[in-house]
Amino acid sequence: MAQAEYVDATTEKKKTSEAVLELQEVSVLYSGKPAVKKVSCTIWRNRITSIIGPSGCGKSTLLRSLNRMNDFVDGVSIEGNILFVGQNLYGDAVDPVEVRRRIGMVFQKPNPFPKSIYNNISWGPSINGYSGSMDELVERSLQQAALWDEVKDRLQESALNLSGGQQQRLCIARALAMEPQVLLMDEPCSALDPISTAHIEDLLFELQSRYTIVIVTHNMQQAARVSDYTAFMEMGNLVEFGETDQIFTRPEKKRTEEYVTGRFG
Amino acid sequence: MNDPANNSGLSFSIHKGVTRWGETGIKFWLRICTAISLFTTIAIVVLLLVESFGFFREVSPIEFFFGTRWVPLLKPSSYGVLPLLWGTMLITVGAAVIAIPLGLASAIYLSEYANDQVRAWIKPVLELLAGIPTVVYGYFALTFVTPALRSVIPDIQVFNALSAAIVVGIMILPTIATLSDNALRAVPVSLRQAAYAVGATSYEVTTSIVVPAGLSGVMASFLLAISRAIGETMAVTLAAGQTPNLDLTLLESIQTMTAYIVQISLGDTPSGGIAYQTLFAVAAVLFAITLMINVISQWILGRFREVYD
Ligand SMILES: Nc1ncnc2c1ncn2[C@@H]1O[C@H](COP(=O)(O)OP(=O)(O)OP(=O)(O)O)[C@@H](O)[C@H]1O
Ligand SMILES: [Mg+2]
Repeated sequence: MAQAEYVDATTEKKKTSEAVLELQEVSVLYSGKPAVKKVSCTIWRNRITSIIGPSGCGKSTLLRSLNRMNDFVDGVSIEGNILFVGQNLYGDAVDPVEVRRRIGMVFQKPNPFPKSIYNNISWGPSINGYSGSMDELVERSLQQAALWDEVKDRLQESALNLSGGQQQRLCIARALAMEPQVLLMDEPCSALDPISTAHIEDLLFELQSRYTIVIVTHNMQQAARVSDYTAFMEMGNLVEFGETDQIFTRPEKKRTEEYVTGRFG
Repeated sequence: MNDPANNSGLSFSIHKGVTRWGETGIKFWLRICTAISLFTTIAIVVLLLVESFGFFREVSPIEFFFGTRWVPLLKPSSYGVLPLLWGTMLITVGAAVIAIPLGLASAIYLSEYANDQVRAWIKPVLELLAGIPTVVYGYFALTFVTPALRSVIPDIQVFNALSAAIVVGIMILPTIATLSDNALRAVPVSLRQAAYAVGATSYEVTTSIVVPAGLSGVMASFLLAISRAIGETMAVTLAAGQTPNLDLTLLESIQTMTAYIVQISLGDTPSGGIAYQTLFAVAAVLFAITLMINVISQWILGRFREVYD
């Protein structure tokens, strides 16, 4: 398994990490039209990787291919390999349901189930045969998502009564309750106000030591603030991938520099 | 034309200039049309009530609602509506037992499993099924369903409730399938994605997320179909016959409320007599039941809208 030596002295992250997802020349095509073209990179354990790039460049498409959510899109096909701790994610013997149990996802718009707050969290673990104490799991997940204090007295109320920011944190808690190996987030803050966004960014820092996170964002400061690695995509191509610090201060490619400094056109 | 950006003259009036006659005329016409349909409905209800009132001056409501014999045309006459209600209920329950599971299953298949090509030909077929005149279903029951049943159950009567219930079930199936399909498809895709993303199988997504989320629309489709079954006339008259019957049997001839109304309307019952007035009393009961079901289904649909606003 690949090992990476951190060289960033400023952030004290001089630890080795192992590869959780390895993308090898991954292309994703919609009815034969490529939306992601030969992307190769590695997602490291317990690190936050952000994907940035202009609208329509294939960020969501790439993200969805990491937990096989693309399977539900008509006419989608995938080329290349994605290794999930060494196993081919698209191998013949792979059960996509198992994949999604281990690689969770938080969507752009909050999408709580029309169920109680409690059941929003407990449904996933219960259908997957969770045998521990459900009350504890619900509390722990809500605490990790920094929502517990706001909802602990109304767990049986409908999740639809929560505010947008609370709903999104509930969706994060729901994903965390599955104790996933990887958490994919597609612009999780785009529908939120600055305060809720700050909440969720704090949350990402908290989670980072225990979870591997891949986050798509349009917000350059957010990418710079929260992530260890950054991938810059343009028109389906991965233009540059590297440590966030390097991407934002010493990008190797001209296009990257133009994009991160806002002189993109 | 003035370029509004360069328009420096800021003097204009926001008061009424010309009266827009076209608009006024259209508004008038629309009001008339609304008034006509409103008036018709009120007139029917009033007629039903007035004639039923006449009926209840002759026959006590106790006899009508609790009597167990319906012999309005022969002496000694008896005006217990229960056999007719029972006949309607047998057909309706029988049809619902057939159509609800099949209809819901088709709806789930259409909305959750079928791809676009399959939907593209199944939906029109279902709509075609819904467009077949009901008399054809009655004929189909008499000439096909009953003979087929007889080969399995030899002592089934020529006119029988079972065959009527089966064809009414087939008749209301498209209503349930298409309306439930619409209700299930109205459940946002994002909910399904959320469910798949926590490792649910498509069976779990359907049963615990999609169907509960669309449940009010699905229930409303059941109620609408049931109210169609209750009001169904030609097929049950042809297939189930004209014999008021209060037995728990599907193999014999029965009479529904609608079939009784056909019988009286087609016969030469003189208008004004008590036999003629039974028509309105029965129709009023039928109307009350269907109205109640429609009100309930509207109420359920109203709740459904609340969820997604
Ligand atoms: N279901 C689909 N069918 C066909 N083409 C699609 C589909 N989804 C996305 N595409 C196309 O694939 C390309 C990449 O889309 P994608 O949603 O991955 O972009 P994105 O980088 O996430 O954009 P945004 O920042 O606006 O969310 C776009 O050209 C888009 O039109
Ligand atoms: Mg996107």
